[in-house]
Amino acid sequence: MNMNENYKQFAERHAPKSPIVKDCLMAFWVGGLICVIGQAFSDFYKSRGASEETVKMLVPVTLIFLAALFTGLGVFDRIAKHAGAGTLVPITGFANSVVAPAIDNKAEGWVLGLGAKIFIIAGPVILYGTLASVIYGLIYYIVGLF
Amino acid sequence: MLVSIKGDVRIFSYAAVGGAQEAKGPLGRAFDFIDESERFRQKTWEQSEGEMQRIALSKAMDKAGLSDGDVGHLFAGDLMNQCTSSSYGLMSFDIPHVGLYGACSTAAESIALASIMSDSTDSFSAAVTSSHFCSAERQFRYPLEYGGQRTPTSQRTVTGSAAFLLGRGRGKIAVKELMFGRSVDSKISDICNMGAAMAPAAVDTMTRFFEESGTQPQNYDKIVTGDLGKEGFLITKMMMAQKGYNLDSVYDDCGLLIYNAAVQDMHAGGSGCGCSAVVAATSLFPAMERGEIRELLFIGTGALMSPTSAQQGLPIASIAHLVHVSAV
Repeated sequence: MNMNENYKQFAERHAPKSPIVKDCLMAFWVGGLICVIGQAFSDFYKSRGASEETVKMLVPVTLIFLAALFTGLGVFDRIAKHAGAGTLVPITGFANSVVAPAIDNKAEGWVLGLGAKIFIIAGPVILYGTLASVIYGLIYYIVGLF
Repeated sequence: MLVSIKGDVRIFSYAAVGGAQEAKGPLGRAFDFIDESERFRQKTWEQSEGEMQRIALSKAMDKAGLSDGDVGHLFAGDLMNQCTSSSYGLMSFDIPHVGLYGACSTAAESIALASIMSDSTDSFSAAVTSSHFCSAERQFRYPLEYGGQRTPTSQRTVTGSAAFLLGRGRGKIAVKELMFGRSVDSKISDICNMGAAMAPAAVDTMTRFFEESGTQPQNYDKIVTGDLGKEGFLITKMMMAQKGYNLDSVYDDCGLLIYNAAVQDMHAGGSGCGCSAVVAATSLFPAMERGEIRELLFIGTGALMSPTSAQQGLPIASIAHLVHVSAV
């Protein structure tokens, strides 16, 4: 049986919209808070005498570790539910998107479960991120010739 | 076509099993068994779901004092690929097993088929369905710990299972008529708006039922759809009104009854095969036994898409099966 084509538009119009203003505000302050935490770690590492280069490596490592830890503890998704892009956009979102499927697919084994599915969400980001950087590199090279 | 059950087939025993959120909901106390961990002592979520079915059927059979040999056939289904929760979960029962997939319509579908079987063979039949939030999330959506946001139209898969026993001459809830649904192309491809996707199927089946039975919504004490949630509930009411059927005072939806949506943050409400099954077993059928509901239309609603069909961009096919039950 076929519904008439207008039903799709009707349902879309009828559906309540996500609270965009609230979502943006939540994302803004949680995302900002994560940056502040990152900055605090940065200052801390600097105060302990780490070089600029080392600090640039240590801060992401720390944030990734914390995001992975909170994912494992089952806390991350509860924060992310309210924070939205606030937790998704910083490196914390990437860490969560790798750790969550790793936990989830452990039941299907280390190789075909965890191993094969660990990048099920992050995979496209890695693939197209790499591809975009190659294209950018080519453009950069070609522009540099002139 | 309208199917009449002539031989006084009744639902005489039932039991419901649920998880933590279901226990916190308004029907929490009416469950026969709750495991707040939702693990049911199993290693994987898929096995947990199967175990819920085992517990539900055991409880229903215990209540009726039946053993395996007394039940002729078992009609069971769930949301997992190849319906493994039913086949593995109910393996310990020595009862011929008919596996069903009707997505969230399976509770009504299994009760309907079990009543036909009991009517034609004069034996006891069982109908068992389940869904589990964790196994369904894994199969249909994202890993459990993934930090994402849900849209206001999204629904939560109910962690729950219910089993029903049917046969002649016992109990107070008689199955009178059945109307099986047609697969409906809803034109909706947003898997986070399944209420809107299933509403046309509910409207199609209800309309055919009223036309063929020559009845009106007001002839029933309650008309309950399976898991349309807030969105599908409103659309169904609106579409039925356009067709001249006023559902206002009699209509409800199991997806709205199972949770306290505002407090429990369940967006548009509950969904899943377990949703309508546990609401029937914890609320609707007990109300019929107490005489509060005499004539009930129980309409299981299902969204028949798979992750593959959804990713390939196909709109959601939906279905609704109707069971008319009367208090005796």
